[in-house]
Amino acid sequence: MPAPDVQTTADIRAAMADGVTAVEICSVYLDRIAAQNDPIHAFTHIAGEQALEDAAAVDASGQGRDTAFPLAGVPIAIKDNISTRGMPTTASSRILAGFVPPYDATVIERLRAAGAVIVGKTNCDEFAMGSTTEHSVSGPTRNPWDLARVPGGSSGGSAAAVAARLSPIALGSDTGGSIRQPAAFCGIVGLKPTYGRVSRYGLLAFASSLDQIGPFALTVADAAVLLAAIAGPDPADATSSAEPVPPFSASLGEPVAHPTIGVPWKLLEDGVDADVSTAFTTAIDVLRTQGATIVDVPLPHAIYAVPTYYVVAPAEASSNLARYDGVRFGFRAPAGADRPDLDTMYNRTRDTGFGDEVKRRIMLGTYALSAGYYDAYYVKAQQVRTLIRRDYDTAFERVDAVAMPTTPTVAFGLGERSADPLRMYAGDVFTVSANLTGLPALSVPGGRDPSGLPVGLQFVGRAFDEATLLRLAANYERDAPCWREAPPTAVLAPSIPAPTR
Amino acid sequence: MATRLTLADVERIAALAHLELTASEAERFAQQLGDILTYFDQLQHIDTTGVPATTNPVTSVPVMREDTLRPSMPRDEALANAPDPGGHGLFRVPKVLG
Repeated sequence: MPAPDVQTTADIRAAMADGVTAVEICSVYLDRIAAQNDPIHAFTHIAGEQALEDAAAVDASGQGRDTAFPLAGVPIAIKDNISTRGMPTTASSRILAGFVPPYDATVIERLRAAGAVIVGKTNCDEFAMGSTTEHSVSGPTRNPWDLARVPGGSSGGSAAAVAARLSPIALGSDTGGSIRQPAAFCGIVGLKPTYGRVSRYGLLAFASSLDQIGPFALTVADAAVLLAAIAGPDPADATSSAEPVPPFSASLGEPVAHPTIGVPWKLLEDGVDADVSTAFTTAIDVLRTQGATIVDVPLPHAIYAVPTYYVVAPAEASSNLARYDGVRFGFRAPAGADRPDLDTMYNRTRDTGFGDEVKRRIMLGTYALSAGYYDAYYVKAQQVRTLIRRDYDTAFERVDAVAMPTTPTVAFGLGERSADPLRMYAGDVFTVSANLTGLPALSVPGGRDPSGLPVGLQFVGRAFDEATLLRLAANYERDAPCWREAPPTAVLAPSIPAPTR
Repeated sequence: MATRLTLADVERIAALAHLELTASEAERFAQQLGDILTYFDQLQHIDTTGVPATTNPVTSVPVMREDTLRPSMPRDEALANAPDPGGHGLFRVPKVLG
């Protein structure tokens, strides 16, 4: 039974079954956003009238009371690097200022067909490159647990929106932890699906062999509902998988019997804050009490995941971001009177249109792919990637999931790490492996530090076995009630209206 | 071994990446990129003899599909976001040839 501070999709649908309209639900969330988006700055675009029209269409369709449409009438926030027809999509970059896509991403088409109501676009690190949501042209998002701290990133706006109760669910994208890390920092659930589980069509590409779209939610059950709505093959994305999508929600009530869970204890020896370690050990004790067998899994190459990732991801980004040239869409730098030629226009558009972190990664990737360095950096990193995957394959011969903290620290202060890229990258140590290997991974609230800041517990699973992760996390969530509490800046009013009949 | 990038290196990379860096950006990036490349050196110590490279983490089977005709995006929609649509149904760019 959820606490009153937790309003799940099931609560919203229960209200609708009792006569509350989708328009009323939508108004509740739009009012909350109006009240609290400043100072949190979760949303960069609020859908307002458009959202109310979409909600009215749901009311007219009757989907809101049809159990075949569990998301009909449910508000959702969308990370601003996912293409939404007729609604600005900028990836928080100046180079896409004013861009209004002429098409929907496949996940958006599916959500619209499911009757979900998009309430707005959320702030992120520019082109999803960053771990704090500070690298945004519109300024940073703040953590609802402490406005002086970062919400994590790059999907920090989506995570903060859900944590602050400005939207019951949200979509983010995860290339190196960009869903799981902000979910951990904001005390909510975040899931990176298996590579290929969800179509990337319409996701503004950062690193194509690593990117996945995935859900944010207050509860594991809601993450399962949202994943089911967006998963499955798509002819528009040749890397999407034909693997059947199991009924994630139906299996949630059956805990995995006597699971074996691997913990890479050696990897956790260095660089993990004491408070995070304590919370993690407590979480592992909960799993043990629930009947899990905990075993040590050596992941000998996991320590190389961060340098491997920071070769592969920028290399792919340098290629993907070549399309931003000031010709077909977005920002164009004015031609200088000194050199009014095409190349100068390209070069000035890109230098003015991209922020520092994006330029740094484009430069790194260009270097790693350039003549004379390709084998030493890119090929080498792709080989190490194979070794990291083999470590996990070996572990999965005897465990159902691997557990570790989602992040080595809790949310840190705004501005604390933005000047030191390497220090920022080091925080991705527990998240990037899942992207390099393609494996699914989920972060669930796993306790608090002594000052009350959330800590994330991460499960990594076998390819296409999100179902096991969701079942393990749902079972853990039942006995670890920290997720029920709302952060101090959460907006709990207006509440969902009482039924009219 | 520390990897040092000279300003000339940074300018060469910037040219490849179509970025016109300011002088202060070039200096800052020379330092930061040098530090990051030095950090990457640890990968060189790993024995990867005979290890295949991973390109797609989940599958390497190419996907085939029928080549079927379908409507393309209407021209006015495709041009709607152009910084300079030029007025003739085309993207207009600065002069390319002298």
